[in-house]
Amino acid sequence: MPRINSPDELEKVRNEILSQKDANKPCISICAGTGCLACGAAEVIAAFKEEINKQGLEADVDTKGTGCPGFCERGPIVVIYPEEICYLQVKPEDAPEIIAQTIKEKKVLERLLYLDPSTNESATRESDIPFYNNQERLIISNNIKIDSKSIEDYLAIGGYSALAKVLFQMTPEQVLEEVGKTNLRGRGGGGFPAALKWEGSRNAPDPEKYVIVNADEGDPGAFMDRALLEGNPHLILEGLMIGAYTIGAREGYIYVRQEYPLAVENVNIAIRHAEEYGLLGNNILGSGFDFTVEVHQGAGAFVCGESSALMTALEGKTGEPRPKYIRSNIRGLWEKPTVLNNVETWANVPLILNNGADWFNSYGTDRSKGTKIFSLVGKINNTGLVEIPMGMALRDIIYKVGGGIPENKKFKAVQTGGPSGGCLPDSMLDLEVSFDELTAAGSMMGSGGMIVMDEDTCMVDVARYFLDFLTDESCGKCVPCREGVKQMLKILTNITKGRGKEGDLELLEELGEVVKDISLCALGQTAPNPFLSTLKYFREEYEAHIEDKRCPALYCKELISYYIDPEKCQACMACLKKCPSDAIIGGKKTIHIIDQDKCTKCNTCLDVCPPRFKAVSKISGEPVPPPIPEEERTITRGNKEK
Amino acid sequence: MDINRIDQIIDRHNCEASSLIQVLLEIQSENHWLPKQALERISERLEVPLSRIQHIATFYKAFSLVPKGRHEIHICMGTACHVRGAQNILSAVEDLTGIKPGETDLDLKFSLETVNCLGCCALGPVMDVNGQIHGNLAPADTEEALKKYE
Repeated sequence: MPRINSPDELEKVRNEILSQKDANKPCISICAGTGCLACGAAEVIAAFKEEINKQGLEADVDTKGTGCPGFCERGPIVVIYPEEICYLQVKPEDAPEIIAQTIKEKKVLERLLYLDPSTNESATRESDIPFYNNQERLIISNNIKIDSKSIEDYLAIGGYSALAKVLFQMTPEQVLEEVGKTNLRGRGGGGFPAALKWEGSRNAPDPEKYVIVNADEGDPGAFMDRALLEGNPHLILEGLMIGAYTIGAREGYIYVRQEYPLAVENVNIAIRHAEEYGLLGNNILGSGFDFTVEVHQGAGAFVCGESSALMTALEGKTGEPRPKYIRSNIRGLWEKPTVLNNVETWANVPLILNNGADWFNSYGTDRSKGTKIFSLVGKINNTGLVEIPMGMALRDIIYKVGGGIPENKKFKAVQTGGPSGGCLPDSMLDLEVSFDELTAAGSMMGSGGMIVMDEDTCMVDVARYFLDFLTDESCGKCVPCREGVKQMLKILTNITKGRGKEGDLELLEELGEVVKDISLCALGQTAPNPFLSTLKYFREEYEAHIEDKRCPALYCKELISYYIDPEKCQACMACLKKCPSDAIIGGKKTIHIIDQDKCTKCNTCLDVCPPRFKAVSKISGEPVPPPIPEEERTITRGNKEK
Repeated sequence: MDINRIDQIIDRHNCEASSLIQVLLEIQSENHWLPKQALERISERLEVPLSRIQHIATFYKAFSLVPKGRHEIHICMGTACHVRGAQNILSAVEDLTGIKPGETDLDLKFSLETVNCLGCCALGPVMDVNGQIHGNLAPADTEEALKKYE
């Protein structure tokens, strides 16, 4: 690889790369993100390569493993260029047919296309699929176009042009002004304006400064940072370098969870390639700007997503937060001014500088500009990553993009903001999603997890789940978080087990206020949110648990019983055979009865009971009907046929 | 674990105390647990007190101070998996293996852990065994899935 020494040489290299690419040459892009790999994308890639070899088409067709385009529900995803045909749920055995039909004959395979369940029409291209065309994909859309391990692919789509522009045509003050005009707010959850943070560091007197990418994405159910770092690592590097130039840092760190091995691998490859091209290291592009970056893996601690805890972890210590009397942009890593931003925040920076603040400001609301990537998961038809302009209504995200709730179940709540956020009920579905609106509703933006819950989800259990998570992840440094959250969990667990008593809710509220007010870091300060928001919107569920010992969602194990309706049971033996605890009494032609003492409530009988019988049900808040006498259990032909 | 190998890992990180967590992570990923002799060696070479290494090794979830089984089962307890019934998967696996999260069975066959999110939410509930993902599980499927591991 030649070292690039000036912006002109960068353009020359880019043109060379582009001249070697034939826009009409077929290219098979296969998503090689973690989600698709989990459903077999590696085998699909291998099958394509094998088939291409077998037919001797190596020179005529390109294949590439790309980043995640977001439609995880239908992985593995294959897009064929130049036509942009989008095939979903592709299996290795489909490869020969795709090569023979689509690549050679230019015919589209109907059966692999997206079929719109409402209109029954198929969609050929990504942009025809409602999941995609209701989004505004400024950042994530490039993922499927580039090989995540190739810097040439990134250069081909205009990569590092923002860096060149900044280094040669702009002063750090001008960069600050441009980013400041967009009011780009931190995408990690806090929503703090990036330019203000940068400015503080820039003006700090200490000459040694640092920049950090926070890729310690610990919120359960959120994986947009992983998709960006894994799929388009150079975009993050470019953003980070622009930030470093602006504040005057020469060293940067990428702090990434070790649970994301592919992201670690891809970003390390990206750093190596950038160094080889002279886009990282000394005298970048001949500008005199020096910058190096190091990858640091997290060792599994949720609290390390908090900025001061992350910095202590980077120093090789236990990741405990520290009080922020002085902000970390003034005194951070090694006591030096440090700018820490989330992956998605950095990803926005090159876009802003390439297209200008006015372009960026044309998306979003007054106080929240641009787009935000959410991971739309849980009880939703189109699980995946969605990038939407700030200000879109929750209802549109869930129904237009997400395709609604599976099995025609009723929507109950959507949880945003991870363990620090809250649950919003259907009365809030028209809420416009942006930083301030979510906070005002008692939830928060957080890193962008959006977990949809249906009628089968118990809200008391959801609150208990998050407090259990936070008890486990509390670092233990300050008392209100370490002890307060634990006591809240204890009371909530009692409620879900039917041991709730009068006064519990008031006690929880009081505890919640204390934990909120006096915890050291954001983990503790926001820990009561899941409880407080569910109490605000679903108080009657709490009361049913406490007063009637009833779980309205039929979820809490201690409050429910399984029951086989003797009128419906056809003695098919399905549940009897599968029951792991031998709790089902019965036999061939003998109606099945559940032995309530043996039943572990594992739900297996309900899962396996044939839908045409629907004999198994859950009961809560009332006693199980006594079993019918043994002599009435025999099914004889005629008395049971319906 | 071979002391020379430990030294190699330490040298690769330039013997810097700030690289302590990175060194521990590498040893954990190669050896699947952190033997006492390894911790002592790191303490000596990086000039970090053993007590601080113990603090770190017990603070972060990635580290284990006891040997692990041949097969590591990770059950995802992320929110998306939770609302799709991960608790029932965990109970089923606990029953099958006879161990609770954080434990290893006496034959050193399985170790069971829960994880906060594997990021394959479309496949939930999810179980990861030795890096292989088993998705869209029902409790009754777990027995079949674990059968092939010896």
